[in-house]
Amino acid sequence: MSMTITEKILARAAGRDEVKPGDNIWVNADILLTHDVCGPGTIGVFKREFGEDAAVWSREGVVIIPDHYIFTKDVKAHRNIDILREFVQAQDLPYYYDPGTANYKGVCHVAMPQEGHVRPGEVIFGTDSHTCTHGALGAFATGIGNTDAGFVMGTGKLLIKVPETLRFTLNGQLQKGVTAKDIILRAIGDVGVDGATYCAMEFDGDGIEGLTIEDRMTICNMAIEAGGKNGIIASDDKAEAYVRARTDKPFTPLYSDPDSPVREHRTYDLSELVPCVAEPNLPDKYAVAADRTEVKLTRAYIGSCTGGKISDFIMAAQILKGRKVSVDTFLVPATQEVAEGLMSEHVDGQSLVEIFADADCLDIAPPSCAACLGGPLDTFGRANTDEVVISTTNRNFIGRMGSKQAQIYLASPYTAAASAVAGHIADPREFL
Amino acid sequence: MSDAAPVISGKVYVVGDNIDTDQIIPAQHLNLVPTIPEEYKILGSYALIGLPDDYPPFVEEGQMETAFPIVIAGRNFGCGSSREHAPLSLGAAGLKAVVAESYARIFFRNAVATGELYPMESQVRLADLFKTGDEATLDIGGGTLTAADGTVYDLKPIGDVAPVVSAGGIFAYAREAGMIEDR
Ligand code: SF4
Repeated sequence: MSMTITEKILARAAGRDEVKPGDNIWVNADILLTHDVCGPGTIGVFKREFGEDAAVWSREGVVIIPDHYIFTKDVKAHRNIDILREFVQAQDLPYYYDPGTANYKGVCHVAMPQEGHVRPGEVIFGTDSHTCTHGALGAFATGIGNTDAGFVMGTGKLLIKVPETLRFTLNGQLQKGVTAKDIILRAIGDVGVDGATYCAMEFDGDGIEGLTIEDRMTICNMAIEAGGKNGIIASDDKAEAYVRARTDKPFTPLYSDPDSPVREHRTYDLSELVPCVAEPNLPDKYAVAADRTEVKLTRAYIGSCTGGKISDFIMAAQILKGRKVSVDTFLVPATQEVAEGLMSEHVDGQSLVEIFADADCLDIAPPSCAACLGGPLDTFGRANTDEVVISTTNRNFIGRMGSKQAQIYLASPYTAAASAVAGHIADPREFL
Repeated sequence: MSDAAPVISGKVYVVGDNIDTDQIIPAQHLNLVPTIPEEYKILGSYALIGLPDDYPPFVEEGQMETAFPIVIAGRNFGCGSSREHAPLSLGAAGLKAVVAESYARIFFRNAVATGELYPMESQVRLADLFKTGDEATLDIGGGTLTAADGTVYDLKPIGDVAPVVSAGGIFAYAREAGMIEDR
């Protein structure tokens, strides 16, 4: 039987020769990811169900990356990190990235691949909906709740339904100024916020080759914004080189059969895509950036697992070099590695930190989720009033960045930076 | 959910499409840990507090529980985050069931896995036929919602998750199936 990459990974993880969409199967997990917001609850479920002294199914399989509420005075947020620390110590877990130490990383979905925890062909469950990011390296990766995560923590298994696949074939090359974010915002605009519910979103085509690993992460990251169970791009030489540089653990990639049946197949010519935004309050409210120049902004935000990687800041710097922003511009590197890259990476001989300082951006925040999800009231960049924000994040729901009165426009780093200069939504191609 | 499927009567609270998890429980309250009993209760007092201000309160100010045992919703209820705080806050507030046109996958799964509330699917768009405060009777086992005037709306069968729901959640199901040991 001919199968998609998602079906093949799930079949192998279930110890079967084949599976088909709709099958309910028990699969073995390779990695369980959790963080400070859902980790304490997951640990609570695990202890309640398996006993106070039970051991996790695999010490190497559990990866804990605190990232959400780190730089806040909130007492409970600190208490939650203490719960993680205590658990990690009791279980002697090797993969814990402790805030306040040199081992702290930042946003889990950017740290996971950076630290070599994402490998082609593997199964990753995470207590975070953007776990789908890790499909960028040819893994099956999906978000789950605390109860399911407590189950995986104890057993290494989970009962899941094999999803149908929506295939998006990307052909050709993006024009200058158009990015992976514009691809995924367009795809979500086309299928709608529930268009991929319960489905795998698979991206293939000759256009993949021209996308960096970080571009592929941006695309898979937002599969959940169309309701997808997972986003996935089969690994290639580029992906394998990325992974091999970060881990010695062996892996065996899997690939879709060429004729594998899917529920829906869409084809995009990347050269026809243009810079765009998603208007408030849903990620599928697609609009061409050049058609929305009347939208005046009060701030710009560059950060998160979607838009806070080093490549995102390089794009922003290409626009901001030699220019000044006209609205408050918040910069939050996703991880420590990205933060270091802001000092070591240069555009036309000038470091990114210098470019951003010269452009009058606000002081760069330490790596974390920060205002991507609003968070405690003292969170850096939180929209506490009726701000109009252009943001490289992934969600623009009512209240997502704090106040219900705030309006959030999602965009690429190019579009966000160009708009920060203009003070209104702008087409970045005029700035490059 | 391991009890026999209940019949729930009371006032309904009606919401529209794409009610995301930030509206169900805004992120600033995610510092609460749902497995700590007092914090679970507090989560309930914040259920649906992220809805736009033109909605009436789901939980009255100063109260811990809602007067509405049933939510009627449009499409894609619970989209967004995987935060289990979302179904848990609704359950902690005393909500028994949601009847939506469709659900986001993770919310639906979390509702089932926790056994916190019944995620029922309607066959027609009930959000246009009911308004907040209307009385209704939801028969989970029979798969019907009956309005105050006696009109009966058939719901979709609960489907693949039925064995998990009737066992009482993922842990009970796995124990029944011999996947994990009894406690
Ligand atoms: S950066 Fe935003 S979307 Fe990504 S994990 Fe953090 S809160 Fe979630």
